[in-house]
Amino acid sequence: MSDLTELGVKAIRDGVAAGDFTAREVAEAFNAAVAAAAKLNAFIVATPEKALEAAEKVDADRAAGKPLGEMAGVPIGMKDLFATKGVQTTAASHILEGFVPQYESTVSQKLWDAGAGMLGKLNLDQFAMGSSNETSYFGNVISPWRRNDGGNAALAPGGSSGGSSAAVAARLCPAATGTDTGGSIRQPAAFTGISGIKPTYGRCSRWGIVAFASSLDQAGPMARSVEDCAIMLEAMAGFDPKDSTSLDMPVPEWAASLNPDLRGKKVGIPREYRMEGTDEEILKSWDQGIAWLRDAGAEVVDVSLPHTKYALPAYYIVAPAEASSNLARYDGVRYGLRELPEGANLQEMYAATRAAGFGDEVKRRILIGTYVLSAGFYDAYYTQAQKVRALIARDFEQAWGQCDLLLAPTTPTAAFALGDKLDDPLSMYLNDVFSVPASLAGLPAMSVPAGLNSEGLPLGLQVIGKAFDEQGVLDAALAIEQRAGFAAKPEKWW
Amino acid sequence: MSVTRETVAKIASLARIRMGEDELDRMVPELNAILGWVEQLGEVDCTGVEPMTAVIPQKLRLRDDVVDADPLTGGGVRDAVLANAPAAEHGFFGVPKVIE
Repeated sequence: MSDLTELGVKAIRDGVAAGDFTAREVAEAFNAAVAAAAKLNAFIVATPEKALEAAEKVDADRAAGKPLGEMAGVPIGMKDLFATKGVQTTAASHILEGFVPQYESTVSQKLWDAGAGMLGKLNLDQFAMGSSNETSYFGNVISPWRRNDGGNAALAPGGSSGGSSAAVAARLCPAATGTDTGGSIRQPAAFTGISGIKPTYGRCSRWGIVAFASSLDQAGPMARSVEDCAIMLEAMAGFDPKDSTSLDMPVPEWAASLNPDLRGKKVGIPREYRMEGTDEEILKSWDQGIAWLRDAGAEVVDVSLPHTKYALPAYYIVAPAEASSNLARYDGVRYGLRELPEGANLQEMYAATRAAGFGDEVKRRILIGTYVLSAGFYDAYYTQAQKVRALIARDFEQAWGQCDLLLAPTTPTAAFALGDKLDDPLSMYLNDVFSVPASLAGLPAMSVPAGLNSEGLPLGLQVIGKAFDEQGVLDAALAIEQRAGFAAKPEKWW
Repeated sequence: MSVTRETVAKIASLARIRMGEDELDRMVPELNAILGWVEQLGEVDCTGVEPMTAVIPQKLRLRDDVVDADPLTGGGVRDAVLANAPAAEHGFFGVPKVIE
């Protein structure tokens, strides 16, 4: 039997359905890969028994001739931001260490209902705040990729879904869930040579996902092919009455409708994304992407998104403001950590608990958020940011008058080394410069691998679409995937 | 606009995060760098622009006014609610004494 861990979502599902191998064999192969990859630190908790249990149910259903789900027999990694009943859920924080949810998040439940199994809970930046997976209380995730200079520098897998990206790239799982607030699916996907899509805001229920910035948070799949992402997104998406911003719309058959023929489509190239400081090789891969989309039949047009440079500063007001409010719930009373110094009163207990339970980046963002929402500063910061956000959304609306999709790089550079940006929060934030605008506008956006740079590291291209047009995004990403022929994988060193 | 050490101490207190002297010293320049950078939003002419309230226009739904419409989020699950409490006593959340 060939190595099952090389297979993706569709190949596993179809192979299990055809009887080429059993779901149990698949689960065992991935469980072994997870167990052998401790050096990557991609998982906070491994749950081999959960993967086996789900697999056995699929094998039994198949034997009994019952219909199998769209993800039947596919073991996946679950970002540790999704509440999983009976399995510790930490958001990679100390304050939630030991928290065992009494309920299951909507998205994870949908995946289990579709026949997927859980290999474990994946590491991430603490409360999804970070771009390098260096803010996790449970340690850095190390990218499986290395530069080709023989130097073995430990590289960032991206963030915040860094455990997800590392695990999928290293073949520890065929696919993983991610969440994206300002680029947390797309940036790690780009850094590790995999695909990932953030759907339209509201497609995937936020119920049971640890909240960071509720007007931006969206779940999505990360996998090694566009088609695998489409299959998994279908399983994750759908209306949920328990989320007040859930889209009450049917879930299209994205996977079955995939079509890389882009004739009749117009793809806009946003000129403001040609920014100073962007790596030359990234610009070259962007030009290559433009050529590929032309080859697929698309007409390429120049468009302007004039407020692009204000997207990041607006994001770093809106997201921390929402975070400061969302994270007020961690008080040492209802769940999670409690620090009760001798003789402390209730207020002192709150302050001691939060001081001990939150990492530096989380504290920084809570303070920024508290400040911009405080009396006297609210209008100058928060209201102004929400106005600029409206202008950014309007920029996209106007662009859709000229085109159907946008093509841009996912990140301004390839993966950087761990530690490189840790002492400079601003330079870390700049990593999300190309991904944040679509988040602020709630638009579907996907990163797909374009190739390797001269250092042997993956580069990603980003397709941004109109609200609800995940299909257009997936189709263009597929056209790129077919032409890029990206087959590189990290050489195993772990 | 830049924040002073006193302002940061005040914000930390509002956010209920205890901060030592060293931590405050570290936070002040970091916060000022971030705030100085977001200040550029002031250049944007937002005359006549309404602040965004919903990224995808939607009507907020109301659920039916039925007890336990969803058993998961309804009542009668005290033990589950308390299961992760650091100090649950007699069916309640325990906290330090709040009245003398």
